Amino acid sequence: MKELVIISGKGGTGKTSVVAAFAALSQDMVLCDADVDAADLHLIMDPAIKEEHDFTGGHTAIIDQERCTQCGLCRELCRWDAISEDFVVDSIECEGCGVCYYFCPERAIDFPENTCGQWFISDTRFGPMVHARLGIAEENSGKLVTLVRQEAKKVAETAGKDLIITDGPPGVGCPVIASIGGASAVLVVAEPTVSGQHDMERVVQLASHFRVPALLCVNKFDLNLEKTEGIEALAKAKGVEFMGRVPFDPVFTKAMVHGKSVVEFDGNSSATLALNAVWGNVNDYLG
Amino acid sequence: MIISVASGKGGTGKTTVATNLAASLGEAVQFLDCDVEQPNAHLFLNPEIEDSEIVTVPVPNVDEEKCTLCGKCAEICQFKAIVVIGETVLPFHELCHSCGGCVEVCPEKAISETSREIGMLEKGHCNGIEFIYGSLRVGEAMSPPLIRKVRSFTDIGKITIIDAPPGTSCPVIAAMKGADFVLLVTEPTPFGLHDLKLAVGAVRILGIPHGLVINRSDIGDDEVKRYAQEENIPILMEVPFDRRIAESYSRGKLIVEAMPEWREKFLTLYEQIRQSVTGS
Repeated sequence: MKELVIISGKGGTGKTSVVAAFAALSQDMVLCDADVDAADLHLIMDPAIKEEHDFTGGHTAIIDQERCTQCGLCRELCRWDAISEDFVVDSIECEGCGVCYYFCPERAIDFPENTCGQWFISDTRFGPMVHARLGIAEENSGKLVTLVRQEAKKVAETAGKDLIITDGPPGVGCPVIASIGGASAVLVVAEPTVSGQHDMERVVQLASHFRVPALLCVNKFDLNLEKTEGIEALAKAKGVEFMGRVPFDPVFTKAMVHGKSVVEFDGNSSATLALNAVWGNVNDYLG
Repeated sequence: MIISVASGKGGTGKTTVATNLAASLGEAVQFLDCDVEQPNAHLFLNPEIEDSEIVTVPVPNVDEEKCTLCGKCAEICQFKAIVVIGETVLPFHELCHSCGGCVEVCPEKAISETSREIGMLEKGHCNGIEFIYGSLRVGEAMSPPLIRKVRSFTDIGKITIIDAPPGTSCPVIAAMKGADFVLLVTEPTPFGLHDLKLAVGAVRILGIPHGLVINRSDIGDDEVKRYAQEENIPILMEVPFDRRIAESYSRGKLIVEAMPEWREKFLTLYEQIRQSVTGS
């Protein structure tokens, strides 16, 4: 089984639109939305939820005011300044380390597990989809990413699908690391801007750090041809295989407004033709 | 005054708004780039870096001579960052949240702390603006400690502009908490709206006054405006899609450089924020 993870480093380069287009072109895969922090793929895929599960991860300390003698040990030990002078835990600051809970001499601190999101198995018009929703201001997004990827694998095995297409998160931190480990390849969707190039370099470095082969596609390439060529040259120097260019095309936004992939919305648009070529190259690469 | 520029969805124009606002206001500003996973603001403001330092977090170091393999450290650790395997205690530094629990709990005082590098802090100036940014070491998972480090340089005498990371989880909270105002940058598309709602949810949990900038305001649909109206969120500025803006951005140029008439608009934006924060 192959897993292709679409990432970008920089946000807003078109990752999710590319994933949706690939789903429409393949129609024989399992979709996985690993951008659990700001998941958008469902807005195009309109998934019919078949299974819904709570995601628990981490704990938060709660001080019982009845039992607390205000000795102050917890405030002394807490490295997050999460406990106020009147001994109330700020649940947003609380790291869930449990040090206060462990050392409280009065056993006045509870340490319940958090429900910090939900994950779903759904049907879409292109195949099964595993996705999630992390609660706002919650932690443990990396764990949730790992979970949805594992579940996507199970779904693919059960459904006899050979390919998983995963929509990855932006950045290079914990959720991205969780989304690329063990993947067959990552496709980096870059844009020809100074920040697009900077972020592409860092995410390619990340892929290489975790020994995942990286592929490149430049979106909105015609916004700055010189930068596009620069990015392609840089990718080549780093051993990143080039999959193709996609032009700047307002059809991306129009398709999104209609809840469709670009491929479905306008099969003859310049973006669709380019994405077809990129998809062909990616398929050849994956074999 | 601390103004945090955030968005939910990535690529909506946070850095564009933050850097142009800073450049318009000039030397009254201190700029903190807290998007430490992908810091970009320096590419547009081109600060001269005068000082770099390595940022570290404390992680456990076990003295095997003193360790009796009692396992209390592994028991207290919530992050599986220290385990006892056979005749040895193994710390996994990349999983460690630096809570100090293992050090505190060890009855033999066998655990001390050593430092682990998580990234770099860069300080400099550009046209009188004090500029500080963090850059997470590639391969490092946890950005909040580095974000907190960047924010520890906040100068309360200045207008501090924070460029926040995308999303709504811990790194974003670390970049917004304690701000006087959160400027949310969005685009009028279904993705923009969906992620804006999440960002508004986060800002409301933190109880911070906020307003909107709609970037590429003439693409997409009217749903973002309808939402802002329903939720009583002021729209402070709209930036229409302009290929000149997109192209100058692609070359690392500020809007206020390519089109100086925008400077007034960013100053008006600041004035609206100032009034909202100070009430006068």
